[in-house]
Amino acid sequence: MARFTPENLVLAQEILSRYPRKKSAVIPLLHLAQEQDGYVTNDAMANIAELAEVTAAEVIGTCTFYEMFKTHPVGKYVINVCTNISCQLLGGEELLEHLEETLEIRSGSTTADGLFTIEDYECLAACTEAPCMQVNYRYFHRISNDEVDEVIADLRSGKLADTIPDHGTLQRVRQTIPADKLAGVHAPETVVDAPAWMSRNEPVLAARAAAEAAAKAAEAVEEKKAD
Amino acid sequence: MTDTQPETETTVTITVDGQEFAARPGELLIDACERAGTYIPRFCYHSRMKPVGMCRMCLVEVDTGRGMALQPSCMIPVGEGMAVDTQSELTKKAQDGVLEFLLINHPLDCPVCDKGGECPLQDQTMSYGPGESRFVEEKRHYEKPIPISDTVYLDRERCILCDRCTRFAKDVAGDPLIHFQDRGNQTQVNTFPDEPFSSYFSGNTVQICPVGALTAKPYRFKARPWDLEEVESTSVSDAVGSRITVQSSRNQVLRYMGVDSDPVNWGWLSDKERFSFEAFNNEDRVTEPLARTGDELLPTSWGTALSAVGELLKTTDPSRIGFIGGSRLTNESQYAFVKLAKGVLGTDNVDAQLGDGLPAEVILGLPRATIDQACTPGGTVILLGPDPKETLGALFLRLRHAAVEDGATIIELTPHRSGLGQYAKHHLYPLAGSTAALAAALVNGTDDEVAGVSAATISAARTALQDGGPVTVIVGRASVAEGAAAIADAAVALSALPNVRFLSALHRSNVHGALDMGMSPGLLPGRTTLSDGAAASAWTAAPTSPGKSTAEMLTAAANGSLDVLVLLGADPAADFPDTGLAAKALESATVIAVDLFENTSSAYADVVLPAAAPHEAEGSFTNLEGRISKVSQKVTPPGIARADWMIAAELALHAGGDLGLESIDDIWTDIASVSAVHASIDMAVLSNNVRDGIVVDGTMAMPTASGVTAAANDAYSYRLVVSRQMYDAGTILAKSPSSANLHTGTTLRLHPLDFEKLGVAAGETVSLSSATGSIDVPVEASTDVPRGAAVVPANQGDVNVGQLIAAGDVATNVRVERQGA
Amino acid sequence: MATNAYVPHAAGYVDNEGPKIVSSRFVHEDSYTLERSLATGGYEGLKRALTKAPIEVHDEVRSAVLLGRGGAGFPAGIKWGFCPPGKWPMYLVVNGDESEPGTYKDRLLMECDPHQLIEGCLIACYALGLSQCFLYVRGEMALAQERIAAALNEAYEANLVGKNILGTDFSVDVVLHWGAGAYIVGEETALIESLEGERGMPRLKPPFFPAAIGLYGQPTIVNNVETLANLPWIMVNGAEEYKKFGSETSPGTRLFAISGHVKRPGVYETEQGVTTFSDLIYGDNFCQGMRGDDELKMFIPGGASAPWFFPEQVDLPLEARPVGAAGSMLGSGAIVIMDASTDAVKACLRVVRFFARESCGKCTPCREGTTWEETVLRRIYDGHGRPGDVEMLLDIADNISPGPYPGAAWEAEGLEAIPFPPKQTTICPLGPSSVAPITSAVRRFRHEFDAKIPQRTSIPVTAS
Ligand SMILES: Cc1cc2nc3c(=O)[nH]c(=O)nc-3n(C[C@H](O)[C@H](O)[C@H](O)COP(=O)(O)O)c2cc1C
Ligand code: SF4
Ligand code: FES
Repeated sequence: MARFTPENLVLAQEILSRYPRKKSAVIPLLHLAQEQDGYVTNDAMANIAELAEVTAAEVIGTCTFYEMFKTHPVGKYVINVCTNISCQLLGGEELLEHLEETLEIRSGSTTADGLFTIEDYECLAACTEAPCMQVNYRYFHRISNDEVDEVIADLRSGKLADTIPDHGTLQRVRQTIPADKLAGVHAPETVVDAPAWMSRNEPVLAARAAAEAAAKAAEAVEEKKAD
Repeated sequence: MTDTQPETETTVTITVDGQEFAARPGELLIDACERAGTYIPRFCYHSRMKPVGMCRMCLVEVDTGRGMALQPSCMIPVGEGMAVDTQSELTKKAQDGVLEFLLINHPLDCPVCDKGGECPLQDQTMSYGPGESRFVEEKRHYEKPIPISDTVYLDRERCILCDRCTRFAKDVAGDPLIHFQDRGNQTQVNTFPDEPFSSYFSGNTVQICPVGALTAKPYRFKARPWDLEEVESTSVSDAVGSRITVQSSRNQVLRYMGVDSDPVNWGWLSDKERFSFEAFNNEDRVTEPLARTGDELLPTSWGTALSAVGELLKTTDPSRIGFIGGSRLTNESQYAFVKLAKGVLGTDNVDAQLGDGLPAEVILGLPRATIDQACTPGGTVILLGPDPKETLGALFLRLRHAAVEDGATIIELTPHRSGLGQYAKHHLYPLAGSTAALAAALVNGTDDEVAGVSAATISAARTALQDGGPVTVIVGRASVAEGAAAIADAAVALSALPNVRFLSALHRSNVHGALDMGMSPGLLPGRTTLSDGAAASAWTAAPTSPGKSTAEMLTAAANGSLDVLVLLGADPAADFPDTGLAAKALESATVIAVDLFENTSSAYADVVLPAAAPHEAEGSFTNLEGRISKVSQKVTPPGIARADWMIAAELALHAGGDLGLESIDDIWTDIASVSAVHASIDMAVLSNNVRDGIVVDGTMAMPTASGVTAAANDAYSYRLVVSRQMYDAGTILAKSPSSANLHTGTTLRLHPLDFEKLGVAAGETVSLSSATGSIDVPVEASTDVPRGAAVVPANQGDVNVGQLIAAGDVATNVRVERQGA
Repeated sequence: MATNAYVPHAAGYVDNEGPKIVSSRFVHEDSYTLERSLATGGYEGLKRALTKAPIEVHDEVRSAVLLGRGGAGFPAGIKWGFCPPGKWPMYLVVNGDESEPGTYKDRLLMECDPHQLIEGCLIACYALGLSQCFLYVRGEMALAQERIAAALNEAYEANLVGKNILGTDFSVDVVLHWGAGAYIVGEETALIESLEGERGMPRLKPPFFPAAIGLYGQPTIVNNVETLANLPWIMVNGAEEYKKFGSETSPGTRLFAISGHVKRPGVYETEQGVTTFSDLIYGDNFCQGMRGDDELKMFIPGGASAPWFFPEQVDLPLEARPVGAAGSMLGSGAIVIMDASTDAVKACLRVVRFFARESCGKCTPCREGTTWEETVLRRIYDGHGRPGDVEMLLDIADNISPGPYPGAAWEAEGLEAIPFPPKQTTICPLGPSSVAPITSAVRRFRHEFDAKIPQRTSIPVTAS
């Protein structure tokens, strides 16, 4: 199951429909593929290439540029530990070491049971909450070693299943635009005119032009007087 | 990079290292400096591609009015008063720094690298670089060279990530099959797994790679640059006549490189052109004359062979002798054979085209366009001919550029979607046989559907023709199953458009030279007919009434009214559309073949005379624009093979005549004396090997429409379309190891809606039959073909598509049936 | 109502005393819902804008001198004026890619008050006639994506976005788009490439100034999340009110994230220009002093790309000009405080490693140079440095960003700080940013580097 499922194909078409150019949907579609399979398979990339009307080489070029896309299987839970400067100052590296010891793997690898992958991550935008980490992109702030152990245990026991979906799922709420509320996709090929509301500028601009002309005229009169 | 602005004389004054220079408006600083005599080092910049400013090697200090700052000169258009310092300390430091960075991960394996000795990175390290590397850690490692296509290897360790190959693939060829992958320091060029860089143009990336990261299989480890000698010449593998350099070592051609001729190929070559030299090196070449003894062709001497053939020609009634082929020959050799046939023997049965071309007057009578004219920014191109991507690679790249970058509008008037389809604005796909009717509707307008194309589609395309801009019709045979007369009529109809010109897309290499030299029934050298050619009075034996075309010669031979067929580098048994007729004809006649190789037709030959390949003899070439350029000799012919014109001269002597031609110069003097259109050409163009050559001017009378119509199609029949592909089973490709296996085999394509009613699945084998024959082929559904058409590729070597076609038919109706039905 | 304490559901946000322009709703637990938004004046700014002509809205923003909050601090009103007239369609791309180390504010704004951001987007679209808005959220921020998706769904339902907004002729879609992990995509031209489905590699400006040639080659406004979040307030209260906060050249408030060795790290909304670094670090209203009352060793005033400051600079105001003149930048409002226990080499290595990992790979000096810098720093830190390594490091840095690099560290040597930004051999400032920690740390703490490099005792050579 590596090409899109019928349900996901519907979602994919909806995503594609929001962009003036199909290629813009490549990153969202790669996320969808990762949500479906836990990582991005070659078949999925080929499928995305067809949908976005580009070559598979272009899709893999985009895919491999971004940290979050995994082209090989990873754990059900991907744990990102921030070790960047703010977290480093408050123990991010030690937190990572602790995790490595607990799970008995080095960062960058996956536990034998396929449950956990640890990554030494860059700044996660939680700098004041150091040290911090994410599990499948869900935050844990100001976390201690003991709390990490607890999280691992809870993940193992399934206690966190509701708050933390499997790797790949980002948005459990998706944007949907009702057809009757859609303002419309605007592509350079089809749109050449200003949007309707810009005509509201006309009276203001006319008034300003008139005022300017009047001011100029008045100035001219003044100047004449001065002469 | 659009050049829509009218040419202006204005210049922009800039200061290069203290010296004022008059630059062209809009020109990039790196180019302006080079023209001013200062070469700025570069890796990513290539003058035929959009700059990306990525390597940062071309940084120089520039003052654009806000003080000196380091800027990439490949990205900065010149501006009035701009000052540049290419020698400042900061510039030097920046350039040294970039070079050092590039060398960090470069393996420095120059001694074993193909590029060693001609490598910009190596050269620039010598002239600009810091002495030794301060980088002591381990370099990036990758699996050693990986094949990314059938002909190209990639060594990622050597790559400096200049984006040239990837930009070429995407922006020039339109085949983005190689791409950057991963990020930052891990960035690499690669293909998608299991999807190779199978572009017809992949070899160009090898040529433009500034290091040895991309190498061509046919050249790998063959020679070192300092062992190579080179000469500039013209590629003769198709009618574009791309400029190339021919490089050899020890009397063997090892490489062709594209040369940037501004009006022609811009430095690009198709892989077919690039690797065609391999065929000429093949050990299968005929290196000595052969004569038939029973079932075998056995070596003989020139003396024996020539006197036997001469005797034959002398004793046969000239009207019972025919010359077929000659488009492979140089202009000079073509002239010599025409003079032999028409001037000495007195037969007009001479035809360089093999029934898959167009009447000479269509090519020579309609107003002609150059490639530049066809590619005029904002102009319109009507494609009434074969797919340029499949048949005329370098022309395809120019047309693609015109459409993508310069706003040219392309209208397809072809039997199915072509390689230009994705860049075309209008797609008119007539059923074969009704192309002329559709062309007329395009000119005159219509309220009805014509040839299966809706009135709306036609009128949308018409509006594109009415903006008064230049219109170029690319004219040729898109399908050999549609008669030449039908296409000629379509061309005549389109000639009524205002501002219209025609660019020939005949696919045989020097076929345009052949027509100019009179290698066609009814013609004499210089684009003239038998009655008004100067040769008519100069040549005593000159025929007065038009002779036979190839189809007519073969028919005559088959029914016993023609005795001798001389094949000039021609293989009608494989190449004439109606292969059945060709086989019968060759069997009946005495066949003399002048060729490089034995081929399908040689099986019928009585004598084979070994000829010199291109680059084994001097001469010239006329491309599809009518542009003459030089073909240079680089190596000697193998064995005792001879230049074709020498063979013609010898045959004339043995047949009791004399061509009076003893050198290439003699031939040119002779051509100029009988051809008014060639008389004015400054021969210095050829003797000095001027890169862009010169276009021959002058046209014949306009052709008139013949009004042919195709036989009606019944509800169960399809119209057969047989189109050429880049790779087929043709002799030159078959003899080139790297191209020999690239043809795909014969598959029938039908529109999905037609497909349904057949009750077969894609991939299934069906039987395809016409009135003359039947073949079994796998079928697939494709929306690229119109409903009612049955599309197969020509000459794929697996099945004989030719037996479906009857020579002379305007269109061929075929049935598609389940096997055994 | 200020309680001057952490707000539990807005991680790290401190509800301190002072004016609140963008964070006023953070105290509510349901701050992200449409209901709360409407109950607390949400979309009033949009309604106000719709009563005016678009050009009047633009004028209001221009006179508010709303400085961009993404890092460069360019006034939004002026940037909006750079779009070439008459070229349609034009687009709005919202930069929610917040990834600069130390920066934490856009995530809060997206998670806690998505409606305020959507309203800001709509006001910008209305003012300029932008026909489609793409809200680009950093890939790793799943909650922000969910909250924005939910908010957009609510807003569409309530006719606040989409076709004929609030029954007027104003129609625009706001499309949620999300990244996939690449710091460089925060750079505006790389953001546009990424939105086009490409690898996020910056384009060269000129010619690719987004305002002229942006998304799909069309005029495009790229604004930071916080920048846009200010618009509703400005529409409701007017530019004059806005300028009453902050200083003349830096009006209004800003969200500052202060992390590292302080007692109460957190995100604070405070007036620009008038508050000083010292206030932030030591003030009761803010971080309440250094952790363990230790000595301040150095601090990063505006994200990892900014050259470091030292105790001498703590009294500078939070204002772009004086900070720039002192050789650094205010950047993205990310202040990282380091006390005396901090190993300068280690801190330097970590920041450089970030740039090496995040280089897009386009420009040679950045792609090769940052990794080389990291390699050299790593071996110094690991105790395998060689004599001359520090000089070489500075020279590599010089080849990425030639000439004296700006930095307050210069003052330590009696040299004047060179104003920001520096010269660069690259398209974007990412590569040169890697030079900031190196020049800062080496200039100021050279002895720490030297101490880590084993001093080779010369091998005795016996005279023969
Ligand atoms: C390397 C680099 C990273 C950047 N990252 C961000 C970012 O994460 N978020 C952001 O809003 N701006 C970022 N910027 C600044 C943007 O390029 C741009 O200036 C900003 O989004 C404009 O919005 P503003 O005018 O509203 O500040 C970055 C710039 C650079 C050079
Ligand atoms: S393979 Fe050659 S042409 Fe392609 S990016 Fe690398 S160095 Fe440039
Ligand atoms: S040649 Fe200009 S940046 Fe590469």
